[in-house]
Amino acid sequence: MTATQPGPLLSVRDLRVAFPTRQGVFEAVRGVSFDLGRERLGVVGESGSGKSMTGRAILGLVRPPGKVTASRMEFEGKSILNLPERQMRAVRGRRISMVMQDPKFSLNPVMRVGDQIVEAYRQQTGAGRAAARQRAMEMLEAVRIRDPERVFGAYPHEVSGGMGQRIMIAMMLASGPEILIADEPTSALDVSVRTEVLRIMDDLVTDRGMGLIFISHDLNLVAQFCDRVLIMYAGRVVETLAARDLHNARHPYTQGLLNSLPRLDAPRERLAVLERRPEWKDGPLDPALVDASMIDAFPGGVR
Amino acid sequence: MSAPILEIRDLRVWFGNPPDRVDAVKGVDLTVARGESFGLVGESGSGKSTILRALAGLAPTWSGTITVDGESLRGTRRSPAFHRRVQMVFQDPYASLHPRHTVDRVLSETLRLQGMDDIDRRIGKLLDDVGLGRGFRFRYPHQLSGGQRQRVAVARALAGEPALLLLDEPTSALDVSVQAEILNLLADLRVERGLTYVMVSHDLAVIGHLCQRLAVMQGGLIVDQLTADDLRAGRADSAYTRELIAASRSYAGREA
Repeated sequence: MTATQPGPLLSVRDLRVAFPTRQGVFEAVRGVSFDLGRERLGVVGESGSGKSMTGRAILGLVRPPGKVTASRMEFEGKSILNLPERQMRAVRGRRISMVMQDPKFSLNPVMRVGDQIVEAYRQQTGAGRAAARQRAMEMLEAVRIRDPERVFGAYPHEVSGGMGQRIMIAMMLASGPEILIADEPTSALDVSVRTEVLRIMDDLVTDRGMGLIFISHDLNLVAQFCDRVLIMYAGRVVETLAARDLHNARHPYTQGLLNSLPRLDAPRERLAVLERRPEWKDGPLDPALVDASMIDAFPGGVR
Repeated sequence: MSAPILEIRDLRVWFGNPPDRVDAVKGVDLTVARGESFGLVGESGSGKSTILRALAGLAPTWSGTITVDGESLRGTRRSPAFHRRVQMVFQDPYASLHPRHTVDRVLSETLRLQGMDDIDRRIGKLLDDVGLGRGFRFRYPHQLSGGQRQRVAVARALAGEPALLLLDEPTSALDVSVQAEILNLLADLRVERGLTYVMVSHDLAVIGHLCQRLAVMQGGLIVDQLTADDLRAGRADSAYTRELIAASRSYAGREA
């Protein structure tokens, strides 16, 4: 398989992330499989469903004693599962980037914004100082920061949350990664800024053929923004579907999530409360609802 | 018609001194009737939370008049009667509960401060009312989920039997399924206890669900006041409000 056409950018089979605890081993991710092409892939679930942990596992960011296993985790045909840190660094940031939820915790508070972008870019590409500075300016403009000169010299506390998030995106995209993992990139943002940030990511997928993993708990947003959606519950993907079909989801968990949202166009006296059934956690996955790739991972049924 | 429970006239709130002075609220008028559920929406920095903070005595510099239930407020000092009448629920239940105090201590301290008697029975009742049950009484915050913590915060706010609850983004730190539970709880409590709510949120759907009337803020000013029905029908006077409604209906730039 060649690196570009037609294979997926990223192929994951039976990904598991386990943490030892005093009560025994806790599995945060329990057999997740998916392929990512040059598309917008949404990953939806509640907190604790393992969606963020899936993103972190791909980038090798699960700290010991956590353990990551998978029957396959390939980036453009090469395994990136548990790469030694030195080799992982050649991938992380440069070819697969991640934008975290809250810019307040991702930016260094005592370092100027521009210097942080320059440092990250030089680290990833080995570029010279002047080239890196120019690139940082370009990126700040690309994420539609109106006054890049000023922002370049500002400290993180001097910029707003929305701007901080755009700065993070600028930093993560400076090296032109093939895959961007965005973990709730817009949930700290106002609606108007959110639209802008989404448009930036959208352009990158459409124009540059980047693959985007968009982790979110906002179903409506994912339904409109993404191409395909994985619904996660208790560490497993319980349903995979095209984003435009999300509102016709068939898994009771997905339906429950949708019904618990207040809606402007369909007011309700009471919001439906999600009941959680044990079979969603441990029962067999419904082959009609998940991708064939999921079933591959469990040839003899689930667990 | 009874007198409004909350009346705000020409409220201005600022921080710092010139030349660094920031005007967060620039002359706001608001009236909230008793028993009403009123929403304040706007982007971050629009001044919506600052209004609640000025009301609660958490903003040091403000001018204008705020009248709560006939009592005129001044500065940042609030009378014991005010604290009994008005309580606040904050956005982040992970930050608003003392990590080393049990639920029992949180509630009993509040009840004692409010001059309540029969504390033991009241704690049990409060926990039942917010749907936690008495089994949660001796737990610490770290033993509770986000939704359970927010329920404790609601119980604490209800301890003094207030008439007016100030809700500052009470569900934005929670999962959608848990948000539904808390919104249902708040709706039920308002009916049972005849409470008045002033709720701040950036989520129009949440405001539309819980509130009957709302004000839209931008840059420290109210640009629009409308009813929940207007909101749902998209009837708004200002272009900004119409933009907000459109943005909350569709996010991406993909559609035409």
